[in-house]
Amino acid sequence: MGKLLEVKNLEVSFQTYGGEVQAVRGVSFYLNKGETLAIVGESGSGKSVTSQTIMRLIPTPPGKIKNGQILFDGEDLVKKTDKEMEQIRGRDIGMIFQDPMTSLNPTMKVGHQIMEVIMKHQKLPKSAAKERAIELLRLVGIPMPEKRVNQYPHEFSGGMRQRAMIAIALASNPKLLIADEPTTALDVTIQAQILELMKDIQKKTGTAIIFITHDLGVVANVADRVAVMYAGKIVEMGTVDEIFYDPRHPYTWGLLASMPSLDSDDKAELASIPGSPPDLTNPPKGDAFAPRNPYAMKIDFEMEPPLFQISDTHYAATWLLHPDAPKVEPPEAVKRRLRKLSTNYPQPIIVRESE
Amino acid sequence: MQQIPKEMFQPAVANVGEAEKLSKPSLSFWKDVSIRFRKNKLAMFGLILLILLVFMAIFGPYMTKYDYATNDLMNTNQPPSSKHWFGTDELGRDIFTRTWYGARISLFIGLAAALIDLVIGVLWGGIAGYRGGKTDEIMMRIADILYGVPYLLLVIILMVILGQGLGTMILAMTITGWVNMARIVRGQVLQLKNQEYVLAARTLGASTSRIMFKHLIPNAMGSILVTMTLTIPNAIFTEAFLSYLGLGVPQPLASWGTMASEGVQALQYYPWRLFFPATFICLTMFAFNVVGDGLRDALDPRLRK
Amino acid sequence: MLRYISKRLLYMLMSLFLIVTVTFFLMRAAPGGPFSSEKQVPPEIEKNLNEYYGLDRPWYIQYFDYLVSIAKWDFGPSFKYKGQTVNDLINEGFPVSFFLGMESLLIAISIGVLLGIIAALNHNKWQDYAAMVFAVLGISVPSFIMASILQYFLAIKLGWFPVARWESLQHTVLPALALAAMPMAFIARLTRSSMLEVLGNDYIRTAKAKGLSQGQITVKHAIRNAILPVVTYLGPLSAQILTGSFVIEKIFGIPGLGSHFVTSITNRDYTTIMGVTVFYSILLLLSVLLVDIAYGFIDPRIKLAGGKKGE
Repeated sequence: MGKLLEVKNLEVSFQTYGGEVQAVRGVSFYLNKGETLAIVGESGSGKSVTSQTIMRLIPTPPGKIKNGQILFDGEDLVKKTDKEMEQIRGRDIGMIFQDPMTSLNPTMKVGHQIMEVIMKHQKLPKSAAKERAIELLRLVGIPMPEKRVNQYPHEFSGGMRQRAMIAIALASNPKLLIADEPTTALDVTIQAQILELMKDIQKKTGTAIIFITHDLGVVANVADRVAVMYAGKIVEMGTVDEIFYDPRHPYTWGLLASMPSLDSDDKAELASIPGSPPDLTNPPKGDAFAPRNPYAMKIDFEMEPPLFQISDTHYAATWLLHPDAPKVEPPEAVKRRLRKLSTNYPQPIIVRESE
Repeated sequence: MQQIPKEMFQPAVANVGEAEKLSKPSLSFWKDVSIRFRKNKLAMFGLILLILLVFMAIFGPYMTKYDYATNDLMNTNQPPSSKHWFGTDELGRDIFTRTWYGARISLFIGLAAALIDLVIGVLWGGIAGYRGGKTDEIMMRIADILYGVPYLLLVIILMVILGQGLGTMILAMTITGWVNMARIVRGQVLQLKNQEYVLAARTLGASTSRIMFKHLIPNAMGSILVTMTLTIPNAIFTEAFLSYLGLGVPQPLASWGTMASEGVQALQYYPWRLFFPATFICLTMFAFNVVGDGLRDALDPRLRK
Repeated sequence: MLRYISKRLLYMLMSLFLIVTVTFFLMRAAPGGPFSSEKQVPPEIEKNLNEYYGLDRPWYIQYFDYLVSIAKWDFGPSFKYKGQTVNDLINEGFPVSFFLGMESLLIAISIGVLLGIIAALNHNKWQDYAAMVFAVLGISVPSFIMASILQYFLAIKLGWFPVARWESLQHTVLPALALAAMPMAFIARLTRSSMLEVLGNDYIRTAKAKGLSQGQITVKHAIRNAILPVVTYLGPLSAQILTGSFVIEKIFGIPGLGSHFVTSITNRDYTTIMGVTVFYSILLLLSVLLVDIAYGFIDPRIKLAGGKKGE
């Protein structure tokens, strides 16, 4: 499988009154064609900024891409002009946003909002675009699409609006679909439907998906691979199995331990991660997670950890993987699910030295 | 691989309390507002202008040896000079003295109208919003009907029939003027009264008036203040308008409105007679408007970080 | 829709009833007015007044008759000029005032909206500051001062426009500009802030993510939504233009209803003041109603079914 997207050492910051906020601090990952990558993290971890930077949607100023490359089909999106980006947005990359209540224009018919994309990129005449819009609404599971195209967003329920958003994002068969917390604002039952729909659509169209979420539970369902972000960096990345059954970073442990699951017994308490993410105007020295990390060592407060590779697909940035580090036990909830994965290297190897 | 001393791998659990410490000092609401207001150069300029205008309104009339009402028919329509700083009018009265005397009247009308609107509007809107139900229904229906009555037309009719004077003017302006304030206060109170801290206060047995004046009104203060800063220039404007229609304060009293409307008639020959009162009306309007805008921006929670 | 309109109509009638009643009873109380015994009017006018108001009958019959006359679109005789009725004044002066009002409405809306959009699209750049300084100046200058200044400099000093009177389109430019200045400034500020708010909305980001250009986003998504508050402002706007016209018509010597009204105020022509006030009130209340209905058609979120939603 060829790489569709490769992000290399991306750094994005925002100029605010309080100083420069370094929202994304050196993020690298790739995405294969037809694959789903989930980016997980707390609010403020930089996951949304990363995804919006790929689309070049961050307002500049105050935002600024300080460094890095975004290779999409071999072309660097960072270097594209606004005019060139207009040809990519909506056509090659579609995007779904968090809040379907506010992401649709309230005074424009839903059908028209879908047709806009088709008319812009496929250059279809109005009548053909409308046919296509109806077809798309049907594809995303909206009943009576012929009637619905002529309705306004306020006549749609939340779940239906998100379906309409998906129809907009899919309108010109994009190679990549970025879904920025697409289910967060929805009811739990609707969430499941939307997730099903996205999986279904991926099967039908073969589009690659970047799925941004703060909810690890959702991830297991939809993703092939997972990247965990904290304070503007990817702290761990691997296949779903690797993240769920063999996590290495204490932050991933914390996330897993705080996730409710049906098979956990009633008495087990959900763990929470104490504290809150650091202020990225002045990122802390060393590992940004150290102040909240119960396993922190002195070195965590001094130096940033190097990036270790645990298998062909599994990476983690934590000092705990250093040969000199003491052996620690992950939290009970995580320990219960640990499995031996046969693909692991005998020893984690350092692929990027600490700075 | 880098060489790292072994002792660096000793556990060092951070103090979570430390991490929880707020990185920025937290500011009280009004402190925050005042900082943001002071950053707004235009609004600060407006505020300084207002302070100067008020200062001159108080002390300006004493800076010359002239009286605002004494005619000097030997020295009519004099241009500005070292003797008469702003010149004289057609009865030889000193325009400098009259301008600052007029400032008192214009500002007084503005302030009085705003204060009366404030009292009636806050009570009416506060009670309607807080009581809700039928009371609210009836009170707001009345307000709606009054709101429909064209404001300036009613003011004109009242001035024509009740006769000119400072008191009638303020009465005419406030008779329906308070409705706007009442609507804003009601909206705020409706929004605030269901918030947890008000429910908490009620659960703790606080009396209605205590909740009104300790919890609801202070929190609605922002919008009330903004409305007030925009009522004052409106009243000054109305005064000028009425003066032009010949319904201003009676002679020999001076207000900026009457001076400007007399000045308009003499514009071709004695332009300074319009220039001074007109400039000060405009400056005052400008100052109140930018202060009001600045306040609104400073109070807007969406802009607060 | 129908229910909404009839409800609004009812409120409008109640406001109107209130103003008719207030003017009637104030008029009765006015010393030297048509109802006081020491009025000094020529016998001919006395006769007209008696015919219209029935001065010798009890007050409640007078009041009721007055309401009936108003409902019949009969605003009564002048208190000062014999053979002249308020209806004559309206028929003669209103078309002129209407033309002037429409012209300045057009100027105020088109230039105001344009300025507001330019300012918002160039937020915090010089265009923004320039437009807003212009707007603050616009709302800081009372209309009669603005009119006098325009007249003095552009007509008397520079001779670009006729000084006064109402003869050709040239004659209408200065008064329409003077009348439009303040509403224009208001609209510019309103459009700017509403445009800024709209541009910060999520659906603008969605439009951008579709690959639409800045121009397409502005025209198709931003302006339409930003213009909605401007539509609601049209009601107060017409009131402003109407009352502004009193002064402007007087200054430029325009034979409109506004200047007749001002003359009647100066002459204390009580019945004319009363009649014109009632006429103006009907006009304003109707325009507010029209704006409300129009708004319901423009904003699909409002279903005019008995009340406003989605605010």
